[in-house]
Amino acid sequence: MSLDLPLVFTALMGLAILAYVVLDGYDLGVGMLMPAASEEEQAVMVSSIGPFWDANETWLVLGVGLLLVAFPAAHGIVLGALYLPVAAMLVGLMLRGAAFEFRVKALGWHRELWNWLFWFGSFLASLAQGFMLGRTITGYDSGFGYWLFSLVVAGGLCGGYMLLGATWLILRTEGALQRKAIGWARWGLGWVALGVALVSLATPLASETVKMKWFDFPRTLGLMLLPLATVACGVWVWRSLGRSDWKPFAGTVAIFVLAFAGLAYSLFPYLVMDRMTLWQAAADPSALRFVLVGALVVVPLIAAYTAFSYRVFRGKARAGMYEH
Amino acid sequence: MEASDALQLARVQFGLNIGFHILFPSITIGLAWLLVYFRARYALTAEAAWLATYRRWTKVFALTFAMGVVSGIVMSFQFGTNWPGYMNTVGNVAGPLLAYEVLTAFFLEATFLGVMLFGMNRVPGWVHMTASVLVAFGTTLSAFWILALNSWMQTPAGWAWNEAGKLIAGSWLEVIFNPSFPYRFVHMTLASGLTAAFVVAGLSAWRLLKAPADAAAARTLRTGIVIAAVLAPLQIAAGDAHGLNTLEYQPEKIAAIEAIWKGGRGIPLELFAIPNPATKHNDWSISIPKGASLILTHDPNGGLEGLDAFEPDVPPVAPVFFAFRIMVGLGFAMLALSWLGAWMTRRARAAPRWLLWGFAAATFIGWGATLAGWIVTEMGRQPWLVSGLLRTADAVGDISGAELGASLTGYVITYSLMLLAYIVVLTHLAGEGDGGEK
Repeated sequence: MSLDLPLVFTALMGLAILAYVVLDGYDLGVGMLMPAASEEEQAVMVSSIGPFWDANETWLVLGVGLLLVAFPAAHGIVLGALYLPVAAMLVGLMLRGAAFEFRVKALGWHRELWNWLFWFGSFLASLAQGFMLGRTITGYDSGFGYWLFSLVVAGGLCGGYMLLGATWLILRTEGALQRKAIGWARWGLGWVALGVALVSLATPLASETVKMKWFDFPRTLGLMLLPLATVACGVWVWRSLGRSDWKPFAGTVAIFVLAFAGLAYSLFPYLVMDRMTLWQAAADPSALRFVLVGALVVVPLIAAYTAFSYRVFRGKARAGMYEH
Repeated sequence: MEASDALQLARVQFGLNIGFHILFPSITIGLAWLLVYFRARYALTAEAAWLATYRRWTKVFALTFAMGVVSGIVMSFQFGTNWPGYMNTVGNVAGPLLAYEVLTAFFLEATFLGVMLFGMNRVPGWVHMTASVLVAFGTTLSAFWILALNSWMQTPAGWAWNEAGKLIAGSWLEVIFNPSFPYRFVHMTLASGLTAAFVVAGLSAWRLLKAPADAAAARTLRTGIVIAAVLAPLQIAAGDAHGLNTLEYQPEKIAAIEAIWKGGRGIPLELFAIPNPATKHNDWSISIPKGASLILTHDPNGGLEGLDAFEPDVPPVAPVFFAFRIMVGLGFAMLALSWLGAWMTRRARAAPRWLLWGFAAATFIGWGATLAGWIVTEMGRQPWLVSGLLRTADAVGDISGAELGASLTGYVITYSLMLLAYIVVLTHLAGEGDGGEK
């Protein structure tokens, strides 16, 4: 039996993107929540993500790297079509990455400026990513409705990241900040519910292909498990707010995984909606085999030392704990 | 006309980004190993001063590393946004090399950097030491993969055609260890060592100008000077070997470097000239008769090929010619300054203020040489993106000039802000003492 290498690489790329969305999602979310916190609280918030953000962003490089390695034909089309949102995202990520380092070393209005840039960069990057997602679902079609749809997705993803960020803070902080984060999480959850509902309703309208895949009885009945499970997770997060430190975050991650599964199902087997399948876009097997061998050796190692790092930095964050 | 404008904009944008990016790895590759040295000295002596030194330079490292990470993310996207034809044509070779860089190096660096920066009180000493070594190893490994790819683009080897007429790797070993790779890898890691050594020496000198009694700064000044004094002559030798390798595999680049318009025997060495592409002649030339032949073939009457042998596929002569002279000039300036410094600070002598000013002024001299070197090697490869296989003009995407212009503006503003903040914070960090820190 020969291995379907393009399929394996689609799965790997999907995993990298999912890991990126969840991991950088919480630290982008924390960044977006910064203006709602006091200066002391901001220091704790930055401490809670300090040791992780570098590695979190590496998943983005892996995701785009796998797109480039495994699907060179789609790489150019996707990144060409998403040129401006990609540029906006990159500027956002640069600003916040730099702000991470500069805000702790600056004083006075310089510090204010970097705090503002940290928020702005986080927000710009999140917005751009949501916009890219919206454009991808609709196969980069132009027209007012499609742009509006992408903006709705962008808003929804920002809400999702803020929910991730807020529940991360519930997990990693205590006292007044934790109570504030519970309030943020309630807002975030409401926003996410609205966003997921809008996107779920609008996607079949925006794309005939997606509509066919979801509204095809009796398959639809089985597929309905996905939205039902998402709602159940949402309720579980809501109910555990204020009662558990870890359940809200775990529930939010589950919502992201489910939403991701739904999107993956909608898109599959296309890399460029309705235009290019993963098999059409795939690189030569010699290239894929060479990378797969490395990935099989290295990815478990990455998982192991990532787990090690989270173990080293477990527990509640405190202000200045990770200032270097 | 419009297509060529978009090509020029795409090149300017990519060149700007890659030039901005290389500033930071060129410091971190070398500085990471210096940190291992400081960390090891602390582990061996348990002296608080070594710990303070380690912490101080860790801050510089973290800042520089973060700048490298974020500008590197931009690069990973610009391969696709600016040069879609690149991946389409040589993606089966280039893609896996980039993937190996991400898989083997990026995660390693980023994860253990967290442990290295914030974990000193949370993990045993040996684990922390290991984390520092892994970060340094990761930065060097990253350079290994990216230079393997760049060298392959200069001197492609080990490739083949598949049944569908697509370029693939025939032998990965030949792809990675292509003819120019060992030279380029050594040249670049030495460049990073020199750049980092001058940054350490320069910022220490800056501190000593403000606080002449700071013993830790005097020690790091000396460390930077000694490392630079050792690496500078090695780099000149490595550069010479690299040049001979280029003569063998990319003679047109050498012809551009030396502005040899017409080949022949006993070619003079142009010390200074204004290469004139219209007349294919050097104006205002000051040259050493038979010098180029002597240096490159070790025979005053040795034969060299000129640009005429490669028409019309010749690189732009003037930028390559000047960038090469800037690189070599800065290289010898580094040699002179580091040897002078090593002599003046021998046996723990205090450096005089004029020397401190000299090193403070030369803090970023490595950046100048590194950028000039990359201009030589990248512009010297034009009009090819991958020598003999893919032209730069054939790899450009159909992004509109307006989109390129808008994003270019965004990048320029962001880069300027980041670079300004970086230099301000670095000098500020250098100016303050270790006293108040824990």
